[in-house]
Amino acid sequence: MELEAKIPKGPLPEKWDRHRFELKLVNPANKRKFDIIVVGTGLAGGSASAALAELGYNVKTFCIQDSPRRAHSIAAQGGINAAKNYTNEGDSIWRLFYDTVKGGDFRAREANVYRLAQISNAIIDHCTAQGVPFAREYGGLLANRSFGGAQVARTFYARGQTGQQLLLGAYSAMMRQVAAGRVRMFPRREMLDLVVVDGRARGIVVRSLLTGEMETHLGHAVVLATGGYGNVYFLSTNAMSSNVTAAFRCYKRGAFFANPCFTQIHPTCIPVHGTYQSKLTLMSESLRNDGRVWVPLQAGDRRRPGDIPESERDYYLERRYPSFGNLVPRDVASRAAKAMCDAGKGVGETGLAVYLDFKDAIARDGRAVIEKKYGNLFQMYEKITGEDPYETPMMIYPAVHYTMGGLWVDYNLMSTVDGLFVLGEANFSDHGANRLGASALMQGLADGYFIIPYTIGGYLATASLESLSETHPAVQEAKAASVQRIHALLSVNGRRTVDDFHRELGRIMWDYCGMSRNNSGLEKARERIRILRGEFWENVKVPEGNETLNQSLERAGRVADFLEFAELMIIDALARQESCGGHFNEAYQTPDNEALRDDAQFCHVAAWEYQGDDREPAFHKEPLVFENVALAQRSYK
Amino acid sequence: MKKSISLTLKVWRQAGSTEKGSFETYAVKDISTDMSFLEMLDVLNEDLTREGKPPIAFDHDCREGICGMCGAVVNGRPHGPEKGTTLCQLHMRHFSDNDELVIEPWRSRAFPVVKDLVVDRSPLERIIIAGGYISVNTGSAPEANSLPVPQEAAEKAMDAAACIGCGACVAACPNGSAMLFTSAKISHLALLPQGRPEAARRAIGMVQEMDRLGFGNCSNITECQVECPKEVSISNIARLNREFMKAWLAADEK
Repeated sequence: MELEAKIPKGPLPEKWDRHRFELKLVNPANKRKFDIIVVGTGLAGGSASAALAELGYNVKTFCIQDSPRRAHSIAAQGGINAAKNYTNEGDSIWRLFYDTVKGGDFRAREANVYRLAQISNAIIDHCTAQGVPFAREYGGLLANRSFGGAQVARTFYARGQTGQQLLLGAYSAMMRQVAAGRVRMFPRREMLDLVVVDGRARGIVVRSLLTGEMETHLGHAVVLATGGYGNVYFLSTNAMSSNVTAAFRCYKRGAFFANPCFTQIHPTCIPVHGTYQSKLTLMSESLRNDGRVWVPLQAGDRRRPGDIPESERDYYLERRYPSFGNLVPRDVASRAAKAMCDAGKGVGETGLAVYLDFKDAIARDGRAVIEKKYGNLFQMYEKITGEDPYETPMMIYPAVHYTMGGLWVDYNLMSTVDGLFVLGEANFSDHGANRLGASALMQGLADGYFIIPYTIGGYLATASLESLSETHPAVQEAKAASVQRIHALLSVNGRRTVDDFHRELGRIMWDYCGMSRNNSGLEKARERIRILRGEFWENVKVPEGNETLNQSLERAGRVADFLEFAELMIIDALARQESCGGHFNEAYQTPDNEALRDDAQFCHVAAWEYQGDDREPAFHKEPLVFENVALAQRSYK
Repeated sequence: MKKSISLTLKVWRQAGSTEKGSFETYAVKDISTDMSFLEMLDVLNEDLTREGKPPIAFDHDCREGICGMCGAVVNGRPHGPEKGTTLCQLHMRHFSDNDELVIEPWRSRAFPVVKDLVVDRSPLERIIIAGGYISVNTGSAPEANSLPVPQEAAEKAMDAAACIGCGACVAACPNGSAMLFTSAKISHLALLPQGRPEAARRAIGMVQEMDRLGFGNCSNITECQVECPKEVSISNIARLNREFMKAWLAADEK
């Protein structure tokens, strides 16, 4: 089956306009007759809830935390891109579009990316009107900074807390709708299944994390905005509760999973320092505006950084990529750091780190300027490592950060299950094989504020949806399956803790399906994941019962899904016999060790269809057609 | 400095909101000083799980000090002894071998205990629902640079907007007041021209809701400012009072 992306006809710049005109509308008075379920309250889910409620729909919104304001979008640091061209550097919608397609190594859909760039400016307008305190110049106008993969400064920011401020904007817009009675908020709920009736998504099953009660919630459409699956690696920059369960349950109900092997390893994170470690911490890419990345020229040089003279330092990004320098895209920067450490030039206790040095920037601009731009990041670094980055260079190393793969969606952001829309990091659509910095916030808000409000109307206006009761067999079946699964997790009563399994799974994935991959390693990983999964269901120990706040049980369910999902990532990685963006198969590289694509064979989206627990997933292909940009080997030299 | 330490923990255990709680004592050994406080609790919880005992429930999520989910009172201080630090960013290098740590949930009438160290902070959300927003519908915003905002105002607004909603200010206050939290949101929006049209309505709505929810009054004890992990200043409380007074004196209906 070839997937139909429903990309509108016509020239690229006209597609979205034309599509909005062609979409059927729901009469304002009829909107209140529709119930929409939104799962997740990050930038995508929060903005969608607010925007849909503003239009008059009845919205029920669910989140896993005690408050919607805590979704992991809050941790995004550096900024949000837009094509405003306030800096007069020649930016444009076309350039933002082009940079994003190229940054994604030509594995994203042109029409979606162009629309994203078109919408980007309206996001800045809206967030400013909401009171997001973006950084400003002395004249009172908005300030910009640079991010990787771009040669213009188009990133808007609120210190190092841009995600927090944008999320609080979306959150407050949603709270305004709670006050108006158009959003009902359900915190501390975890989605465990999707209710599909007559081929259409009509509701969800959620477990109350406080009481263990299994609830069903029904509606006319389901909007999934549950983020990415980076925690399959155990150690990542994701929040502890970020997980794949909701998306994976939808996959099992018929939503295709696209490009699961496309994961982003972020180059600037605080290095791993112990086996007890529970998560990794990002140091914003914005730091590469002023920080210079280097390692000692000689392998095995154990001198302190201050004792290594300039002539014995290798500023390897500036050397290898003179035109982009320290601001190459994330996949390129990460692989370069790994190459340096593999060559024995890594620094720090473990040798798995490189320096990010602000000495020159502090000498040039003064400490006060650097402090104003990055103060909170420097402070966070100091808290975690006990070292002062104003005095000694930061040590950084790549870490899992974002997942470009996700549920497959068409141009309307609807999955292969009618009525199931997927937004933000949870879908696959806009970033190809590598996301550029400051684009995740842009995409989450574009999807939620400015795309779903139109496309969901087009669906609701044309779908004939009968009223549905809790007693419908499909509703009861989904609920019973979730109850049964909780029971199964609690009855294993083995000897190994959930975290112990998770840590081992993460190690396998990092070693074999991380920054660089090869076929034999992937095969080995697949076998080991299967064995580990078998052991999990015989030997996991989940204390306490269902009818209480049971955080071990929550994690057990998520890890059980990661153990299945990890295999899908491996299958996808094995099927894609090329290198592109974050997917680097060692067999396919240029003489300069850059990712070598195979456009003849793999210029497509790989979408996987669940066929049953004991069967291989079915492969479906969405060919990627590039009518407006020329496919080229990416060069940041 | 010693790289690993041993500690005695006295942890508040409470099975549910209607159960009676008590302190339990645990000895933890070989804690690396590079660990975060929550990682130290993880290690203890792994041990408890293996021993077949219920692990300690505690809220946490981002573990990088921004989501506001974590928090406990350590030796009488919300988020522990380090200034400007959330519990997840507190590292064990700030403790010494053989220290005894008393770990309790936020204590406040407005925040009932859910389990162990987990409390119900939903009253803070009620305060936001009562007006912590600018009423702008999606799609109606003017061009972002059409309204210049003095840099100083934007920076002050950002200082207030840095609040993570963790509730430490309430836990720190002997009166159980939520004035620092409420004033942070009121200040953030009142300092920006975009927030002015609704400033009066917002101040009255949020303050009345705060009073209604059982939070105590502010009597300028300033503990909140000392314990706030984002170092939100009590000058915001002064601004709240000004905004509220202005609004109250000028309001047509109250």
